[in-house]
Amino acid sequence: MSQSSVSRVFYRKGVPLWRDVVVLQWIAQIISAILVLGFIWFFISNVLHAAEARGLSWGYGFLGEAAGFPISESVIPYDESRTFGYAFLVGVLNTLKVSLVGIVFATILGTIAAVARLSTNWLVSKIASVYIEIIRNVPLLVQLFFWYFGFFQRLPPVKEATQLPGPIYLSQRGLYMVWFEPTSTFWTWMIFVGAALFLAVVLYFVLSRYQLQTGKTTYPVATALLTLILLPVLGWFLVGDSPLVTTIPVLGKFNFQGGLRLTPEFVGLLVGLVIYTGAFIAEVVRAGILAVHKGQFEAARALGLTNMQVLRLVVFPQALRVIIPPLISQYLNLTKNSSLAILIGYADVFFVGRTIINQSGRAVPVFLLIMAIYLTISLITSIIMNIYNRHVRLVER
Amino acid sequence: MSATTMRGPSKPPAGPTVKQWLKKNLFSNWYNSLLTVLAVAFIYFAVKGIVTWVVFVADWTPVTHSLKLFAVGLFPAEEIWRIGTILAMVSFLMGMSWGKWGGTVRTFALALAVGFTVIALLPFDIYPQNDDALDLLLRAEFLILPVLVVLGFLVGRLERIRGVWLPILWLLSFALSIMLLSGFSESEVIPRVESGMWGGLLLTFLLAIVGIVASFPIGVLLALGRQSKLPVLKVFCTLFIEMVRGVPLVTILFMASIILPLFLPEDIRIDRVLRAMIGMTLFAAAYMAENVRGGLQSIPRGQYEAAKAIGLTNVQTMVFIILPQALRAVIPAIVGQFIALFMDTTLAIIVGLMELLAVGKAVLQSNQEWLLRDKEVYLFIAVLFWIFTYAMSYASRRLEVALGLGER
Repeated sequence: MSQSSVSRVFYRKGVPLWRDVVVLQWIAQIISAILVLGFIWFFISNVLHAAEARGLSWGYGFLGEAAGFPISESVIPYDESRTFGYAFLVGVLNTLKVSLVGIVFATILGTIAAVARLSTNWLVSKIASVYIEIIRNVPLLVQLFFWYFGFFQRLPPVKEATQLPGPIYLSQRGLYMVWFEPTSTFWTWMIFVGAALFLAVVLYFVLSRYQLQTGKTTYPVATALLTLILLPVLGWFLVGDSPLVTTIPVLGKFNFQGGLRLTPEFVGLLVGLVIYTGAFIAEVVRAGILAVHKGQFEAARALGLTNMQVLRLVVFPQALRVIIPPLISQYLNLTKNSSLAILIGYADVFFVGRTIINQSGRAVPVFLLIMAIYLTISLITSIIMNIYNRHVRLVER
Repeated sequence: MSATTMRGPSKPPAGPTVKQWLKKNLFSNWYNSLLTVLAVAFIYFAVKGIVTWVVFVADWTPVTHSLKLFAVGLFPAEEIWRIGTILAMVSFLMGMSWGKWGGTVRTFALALAVGFTVIALLPFDIYPQNDDALDLLLRAEFLILPVLVVLGFLVGRLERIRGVWLPILWLLSFALSIMLLSGFSESEVIPRVESGMWGGLLLTFLLAIVGIVASFPIGVLLALGRQSKLPVLKVFCTLFIEMVRGVPLVTILFMASIILPLFLPEDIRIDRVLRAMIGMTLFAAAYMAENVRGGLQSIPRGQYEAAKAIGLTNVQTMVFIILPQALRAVIPAIVGQFIALFMDTTLAIIVGLMELLAVGKAVLQSNQEWLLRDKEVYLFIAVLFWIFTYAMSYASRRLEVALGLGER
């Protein structure tokens, strides 16, 4: 009796416990888990020990203390009396600022370079190839140093600023350009813009649904675009005073007055990132366009679609399916690469984070915060990508 | 009639004449013609501007007077012969590989020999201090190196030398090089050279090669872990890969150099270069893992089942059946990853290592007259990087052709 119960415990399916693959795998997993967790615990206990020895409290209470250091540029008002937490927010916003502006310009540059490389004109295609092959094979940091230390730090003094068409003025103080300034009626006007946006989206979906159901052409894109343009224009005249006025930089006694100022650090980082990422985006876009089979184009022509219709209805939707996922990962790369800002002194999240570490001495908490910011951006990006992939996935039989 | 058909295979159609080619590629319609004119104008002004700047405006003395710094950093002058020995070893092995394998290796061996000859014949002092004896010695060394390549080639052609030895010899030479570089504290022949003295191209190569050699096996293991059916292993590997891939390399290097010492007890201190290497290796391994995973996913189930059917164990299936196919499928991605790693070594400047870019920065600040020569110095570094990365991507393309990837 006892013999059989023992065998039931130690022999499963006739295999002894110490040779049962399932049991062995579980033991291996438990051991590896203990090892990894033990390793992590070893690290954490060391940090806590070191922090205690230096009399630093654990946690994020210090974020409420006064920062006491200046930041060269900020999207939101900032001065030294603000807290560490607020300074960190300034850094996050600066990272987002350079990334978003960079993404827009890199996409434009990349698309132009891709189309140029695919051009039937031999010279144009060669120029684009040279740009792409050179830029992709030189480290980004070398390029950033070249642009920033070689050009944007070597600009003439304000009095002798270089004038580019626009007008855009380049000088040691940075880049000055024409910009728009909101007036008192700006927010009333924004209501019109918001309404136009909402109405355009609704119209687009309703009309395209109607088109799908009835088969009648309802021009959803054209209607939505028209709404998006006409309503704000109508609002512009309805609100009375014009909601935006242009401010033009004018050289004063010591500096430019008015206009929008961009620091040399921002412009240097932006130019470096845009030129570098643009070359990678060009290859992504080119691969996407080449991925659309020639037969698709010919079949669409055979059905009697016009050239524009072929591009709009047949080629682009298929190319985009290939382009968007690597494109988004290029956007993510650009955002992560913007952390190189620390070497040319642009106050991004990494730069501000390191300053906070130097000021407060709390390396580990601040460092975790920096990592959390980047991980959040990556996570949001990959969620968007997954949703998109599910949306455009080929539905097979 | 039959005479014409009996004439045998007809000639292939002649290629387009110059006129036809121009018409087709440059002037096919009015806007292409316009584009061509614009492009010619653009090229004319760009080339003219660049040539004028390079020849007349630019001052290359910061580069030509600091070749030693760019090559090896602060490596002590009396120990330079060790690097000469390493170069001799590499040249000989390169020649042997050419003799044994031929193909693309031939191009590289020849490029190496030509490169060394060019250095030997540079029209200015290649060693900064006006030491003619040393200068001559260095030139002699760089002239001997191509000879060593040819000697290696002849040895490699010998039937008795088996091709299997070459990878082993390469690995041995790598270990020997590291030993030669760091030396031993007790030794009098090769005294210790602190890693802080390593710099320039030497350190850049060292960081890249160590990163490549170490990240590859770790990456494969991580990929296998992520594909594994064991939940605990899978979760750990996935977490590691996604966390590392989600943050910039700067933060990883920063962690390795500043946070890692905090994580360790007071009495354990890791060398600064080694810390940077650990950081870069872990970063590269996470990306490598994703590449390898792509390869693993491309292997059809039938391969696993067939391996099981002929009685292979799980480990045997992986090592002999799955991994060879999976890795072969992702070679272009892996080489791309290596190129990226090579370029990423520039970020070591952030943790204070004297790699190529940091040397460039130091050179600019070393002399009052050179302060404004950033463009020249960074352009020189860019060209250096471009040569090596372009060579790597060329090798990758040749490898793809040789392996017949993307074909059936």
